Amino acid sequence: MVQQKNKKGAYMALLACVVMLCGIILLENICVMLPQDSVPNVLKPTSQLFAVLKKGAVYSLAAVSMNLLNGFTGLFSLGQAGFMLLGAYTYAILSVPVADRAAVYYLYGGSAVNFSFQDMFGSIFGTEGVGGAVSMGLGVMIAMILAGCVAAMFAYFIGLPVLRLKSDYLAIATLGFAEIIKAVFQWQALGPVTNGANMIKSFPTFSSFNITDASGKVVLRLATFFPFLISTICIAMICLLINSTYGRAFKAIREDETAAEAMGINLAKHKMLSFCTSAFFAGVSGAMFAMFVTNAQAKVYTTTMTYEILLIVVIGGIGSISGSVLATFLYVACSEWWLRFLDSETVIGGVKLPFLRAGFRMVVFSIIIMIIVLFFRKGIMGDKELPDLLKRRTRKEAAK
Amino acid sequence: MSENILKVENATMQFGGVVAVDNLNLEINEGEIVALIGPNGAGKTTAFNVVTGVYQPTNGAVWFQGKKIVENHPQGRMKKLYKGEHGGEYTQVLAPTPDKITQMGMARTFQNIRLWKSQSVFENVLIAMHCRTHTNFLAASLRMNHKEEQEQRERVAELLETVGLYDVKDELATSLPYGKQRRLEIARALATDPKLLLLDEPAAGMNPQETNELTAFIGEIRDSFHLTVFLIEHHMDLVMDISDRIYVLDFGKLIAKGTPEEIQNNQRVIDAYLGVAEDA
Repeated sequence: MVQQKNKKGAYMALLACVVMLCGIILLENICVMLPQDSVPNVLKPTSQLFAVLKKGAVYSLAAVSMNLLNGFTGLFSLGQAGFMLLGAYTYAILSVPVADRAAVYYLYGGSAVNFSFQDMFGSIFGTEGVGGAVSMGLGVMIAMILAGCVAAMFAYFIGLPVLRLKSDYLAIATLGFAEIIKAVFQWQALGPVTNGANMIKSFPTFSSFNITDASGKVVLRLATFFPFLISTICIAMICLLINSTYGRAFKAIREDETAAEAMGINLAKHKMLSFCTSAFFAGVSGAMFAMFVTNAQAKVYTTTMTYEILLIVVIGGIGSISGSVLATFLYVACSEWWLRFLDSETVIGGVKLPFLRAGFRMVVFSIIIMIIVLFFRKGIMGDKELPDLLKRRTRKEAAK
Repeated sequence: MSENILKVENATMQFGGVVAVDNLNLEINEGEIVALIGPNGAGKTTAFNVVTGVYQPTNGAVWFQGKKIVENHPQGRMKKLYKGEHGGEYTQVLAPTPDKITQMGMARTFQNIRLWKSQSVFENVLIAMHCRTHTNFLAASLRMNHKEEQEQRERVAELLETVGLYDVKDELATSLPYGKQRRLEIARALATDPKLLLLDEPAAGMNPQETNELTAFIGEIRDSFHLTVFLIEHHMDLVMDISDRIYVLDFGKLIAKGTPEEIQNNQRVIDAYLGVAEDA
């Protein structure tokens, strides 16, 4: 009986995801289908809209993976940027085509890792046309999965000592780890692998997924679709995990460790599971972030990035996946697009508005955060999910 | 090996210089209801915590179903500080975490209710079944455990039916009235499939009517789940009503043991509860 309801909900969610993905394909291909001059500016491939959508997709996975740890298991960790960095670098190192390695690692006289998945598959499926596309796709996928695995592996070794700590102490320890990782990856001695403080680039990015014809003209745009697809799959997996028996055990740990332990839940094991899973998905999102910014560079993965993601989690509601996703898109859209005008000088009716200048956006942001912390402590969604809200509405209507 | 399901052997729990439980010896036979009573601060809950693995005893051993599950001897700083008896007798260190002990078949409730607050009644019991799942992490996440999950849900429904909480199964655990929360805590402990149920003051804060219901309830579940029950309680009505045997603790020391009648007439117990005149 309980199962039946779940099944229906799962089909609805699946349908919603498919509709959303189709919508994305449609949205980004309007400019291909319509004649060039009749496309509104917003829908052109260079529009802010698509940058926001891509970054939103990447960040939403990072936010949800952080929520899995902070919101669902109650482990306050701030190592997110560190795990994303690991994922980004793993992906980048394994994906730069061998032919381009000399150019990328020119300071170190070439790369120590003369291997990329794309080339490996290229030698099987060919490098041109469909074969080339298949080998690139497979190469990217495997590199991304490995990116997650490397992050999870690091999480395991860090977790062994660190997961004994609680709340603030755990946060500080993981924060320290993220900083150490950042420093290590910029270390000159590791240059042949990590390219030191320089960026690694020329690996496949989102726009590599656009399908072009022989002349190089784009036939089908998939650059926004790809991050959406990956994020949707990963977030769906996190959802499944959270609603599984292990997810329920995580929630029990969050709510009362002593009781959870007394009911036979192995704290060390379950905390480690949560920590590694979270790191895995953070690694995947890190790999996608590298694809989004088209390079991997350690200095980007700062504490600020972790805070940004934490902020998203808090705004969305700690313990709500749909909240995190919604908040991500809102946050990214505001910071990259909608609130940009606050940073530029504006003249209205001959009067130059005194506040609007570079940096004012951050002031507005801080005020919004304060308002949220003061009045909407539970964030947009609290610990509810979107379907819960819909359900309640139908129940109310039924009551009427 | 032996017929007793739980045996605590020379267990001493010492915090710094304070001996909370001093050389405790007790045996519980299969199918019995045994009570542990004593004035406030006598060390009853500490004894419980030693048995369930929350604390590691300073010295002594605990046997469960004929198997030694906990053993310790004074180490490090404690070597000098140790005030108890049987100092050199134990050499092994066996300290399973509480979850291991629960998986062996010993479940407990808490003195102050510790339900998972934002979970529903149904989920509270369902989560407790987690320790009996065989599916691994990946299989469970990818929903390859349909059958097990379904079985668990059915068992939870059945269990809630038995304890009379099925009609409130979708409510938040904390929104239940106090007596039902206690009942839910017991149901949750039962979900872990225990052989031995440890109840830490199950009737605390209950009115006489609720206490009577609880008394009947404990008897019922003992029979229907083939349990052995070990409980701490202050409500003497309840204790005298249902216990087969009683152990009395005072200042960490066992001062009496026996049937309810024997305990009621034991002078040392009366002294411990009422105090002794100075000039006696």
